[in-house]
Amino acid sequence: MQRARSAAAALLGGGTGTVFALLAVIFAIVFAVNPGFFQAASLMAFLKQAAPLVILAAGQYFVIVSGNFDLSVGALVGAQVVIAARLIDGEEARTVPVIGVMLLFGIAVGLVNGLVTTVLKVQSFITTLGMLLVLYGAIRLWTGGAPTGSLSESFRVPGRMGIENVPLLGQVPWALLIMIACGAAAIWLMRTRFGRVLIATGDNDLAAELSGARVDTVRTAAFVLSGLSATIAGILIGGFAGVSAQVGEGMEFTVITAVVLGGVVLGGGQGLVVAAMAGALTIEALFTLFNQLALPASLRPSVQGAIIIAAVAYAARRRMRPAGQTATPS
Amino acid sequence: MTETPVLAMRGIDKSFLGVPVLRSVDLTVAPGEVHALVGENGAGKSTLMKILAGVHTADAGTIELDGRPASFTHPLQAQHAGVSTVFQEFNLLPELSVAENIFLGREPRRRGFIDRRAMAARTAELLADLGVEDLAANAKAGTLSVAHQQIVEIAKALSQGADLICMDEPTAALADAEVELLYRLIDRLRNRGIAVLYVSHRLREIFDLCDRITVLKDGRRVDCVDSAAITPDELVTAMVGRRIEAVFPEPLPGTEIGDVRLEITGGGNAWLDGIDLQVRAGEIVGLAGLQGSGRTEIAEAVFGIAPFTRGSLAVDGRQRRITGPRKAIASGLALVTEDRKAQGLAMHQSVRANARLVLDANRRVHSGRRLSRIPGILSGLDLVSRGLEQDVQYLSGGNQQKVVVAKWLATEPGVIVLDEPTRGIDVGAKHKLYSVIRRLAAEGIAVLLIASELIEVIGLADRIAVLHDGRIAGELPGGATEQQVMAHATGRSRA
Repeated sequence: MQRARSAAAALLGGGTGTVFALLAVIFAIVFAVNPGFFQAASLMAFLKQAAPLVILAAGQYFVIVSGNFDLSVGALVGAQVVIAARLIDGEEARTVPVIGVMLLFGIAVGLVNGLVTTVLKVQSFITTLGMLLVLYGAIRLWTGGAPTGSLSESFRVPGRMGIENVPLLGQVPWALLIMIACGAAAIWLMRTRFGRVLIATGDNDLAAELSGARVDTVRTAAFVLSGLSATIAGILIGGFAGVSAQVGEGMEFTVITAVVLGGVVLGGGQGLVVAAMAGALTIEALFTLFNQLALPASLRPSVQGAIIIAAVAYAARRRMRPAGQTATPS
Repeated sequence: MTETPVLAMRGIDKSFLGVPVLRSVDLTVAPGEVHALVGENGAGKSTLMKILAGVHTADAGTIELDGRPASFTHPLQAQHAGVSTVFQEFNLLPELSVAENIFLGREPRRRGFIDRRAMAARTAELLADLGVEDLAANAKAGTLSVAHQQIVEIAKALSQGADLICMDEPTAALADAEVELLYRLIDRLRNRGIAVLYVSHRLREIFDLCDRITVLKDGRRVDCVDSAAITPDELVTAMVGRRIEAVFPEPLPGTEIGDVRLEITGGGNAWLDGIDLQVRAGEIVGLAGLQGSGRTEIAEAVFGIAPFTRGSLAVDGRQRRITGPRKAIASGLALVTEDRKAQGLAMHQSVRANARLVLDANRRVHSGRRLSRIPGILSGLDLVSRGLEQDVQYLSGGNQQKVVVAKWLATEPGVIVLDEPTRGIDVGAKHKLYSVIRRLAAEGIAVLLIASELIEVIGLADRIAVLHDGRIAGELPGGATEQQVMAHATGRSRA
């Protein structure tokens, strides 16, 4: 009972509660504009489309809460889709081995990001910005501007298909189930020793190190988790939208916006993974609202920019406010 | 004293996060007076000085300069009002010359350009006024000795037209000959009618230099006397203000001093040399010494932060090469660090998360049984918090320190090193920690206690090792006098 209450307090307190309120408000507006949206089929379609961003947000959360950034995820999503198309080249039998290759590639990119950041002491902002450029360049070079090859039908199942004829819901997309599984895994991970050490490291790495934490190891592991999340997101997006050289472009900013909107503090040590994922859902809901209002999609980057500034400013104001500064008597 | 005081502070109050640091403090300084501000560490001297320098703003009280009310919210305002402060950490820009540092932001100009010739001439004039001949106006500040840097700071204060110069432990980093120079310099200031507020621990200097003495204790002004009207012993009593026996708890019954748990033989590194030290089960060994004598360096060497490069270290009879905190923790060591905010706590995490961090980070000490003991450990320390899920940033300093202690007790250590465990915490929490230290000893833990407040070491330790210049200058039994400790700490015992 007490545990439930403290969980509720954690969800509603701090910068976390805001994102759920915001999500509810946006859904309410969507409902007001188009009551038809709240049918099983369109809700499922919404969740299917939102799943990759939610998964990326969980991956990005690990990196941000440990005190770093991962700007390379968008390029990694793009690289993964291009790799999949090129290596599978329409052959069903290659699907599973290629997914294995993609997972290894995602881990490798995360490992390089992590090691360059922790061992070479390059700021993660620079490390992953460099990785972003390297990956984009490599995609261009490899594809000559237009991706070749094609995805297999079975590769496209997780992003496109679902379990059919579920009572009340109709089709339940695989993407939704994968999103729920990833989200549950992320929440579980943050409750393990790894997660506890990770957030303490992001809060105060010196104190963590003096407590015996392997600060560099957990931070590198966070980058690997982000690389894995980009791989899974790549599989879903490739399945959903198919192959193009533009896949993933700009997603790093969307996902960082989502995480910040979830009340996760840049610089590390504060925020909940569930709120980061809620932030991703909120962004997707906002884009849906734009569609409903028939606003041009070209407006999205500007809106994202405004959101990220507003969210960080809001968080900074919250921290400046002396509220809660009630020192306990001893 | 009929003339208008150059400084009159009245009823100054200041709290940090609810912990009162100054309570209704009065301080008056007459023109041309050298006024000592003394007190134990944590008595509030630095805070009072920072209020005077415009770094902090008082919560209550008034400040008058030359009889006119003044209030500073910025260091520049204090300087413009004629109050300059020479901190222990100098504020010189190392790449600029002496003259450029002195006139920084106020350079003499001619047709819009900095007039370097005038600047050099005025610097030479200032330095000559101070009786300093061996300091060139164009020398780079970064290349100067500490004493010369201090002179530059004082010259800068003079050039700003200061009526009052505050000096924070000005002799802390000076050699004897340099101290003599400072004495002469302060005499010149006095002759020119400039008042000096002199913050120091060193009784001899206070009696040599100062006309009057203000004594702070626990944030209150307990006395203000002419230095001719008080003996050094009386001054110490006024600073300490209580009998040691009354403050420190007795060893718990059943405390037995057992086998050696921590043994350092010939330990040395860049800062330390020839350290031989044993701490036995149930024993509290105090490490005393002046700032920079190597106290914290011993803690860091034992815990593998800056390991010993020479000599050997054994825990419970087993030789250990401790190259980092993880090795130290696995060997049964614990270190309550000096700076709880920077080194001890993840401030935005909960009490529980902090208390279990060492267990979470180290598989070797992690266990469900130890995790389940944490709430009991915290309540045994009388932690006051709104539950274990409250962020530690909202706790008072004393309660934060209890969380740091708890996170190490959770590992069930064999040896615990406490580096300044009572720094900046209130009296109640201090007393709680004293009795906790006694309890740890009673449980057979070897305790190495580092404290700059001599009285803590004297009151708690069974044995005191006094450090001087990276070496153990002497060992004393618990209950030794401050004079005995200071004799070793200042290196006089060897002369």
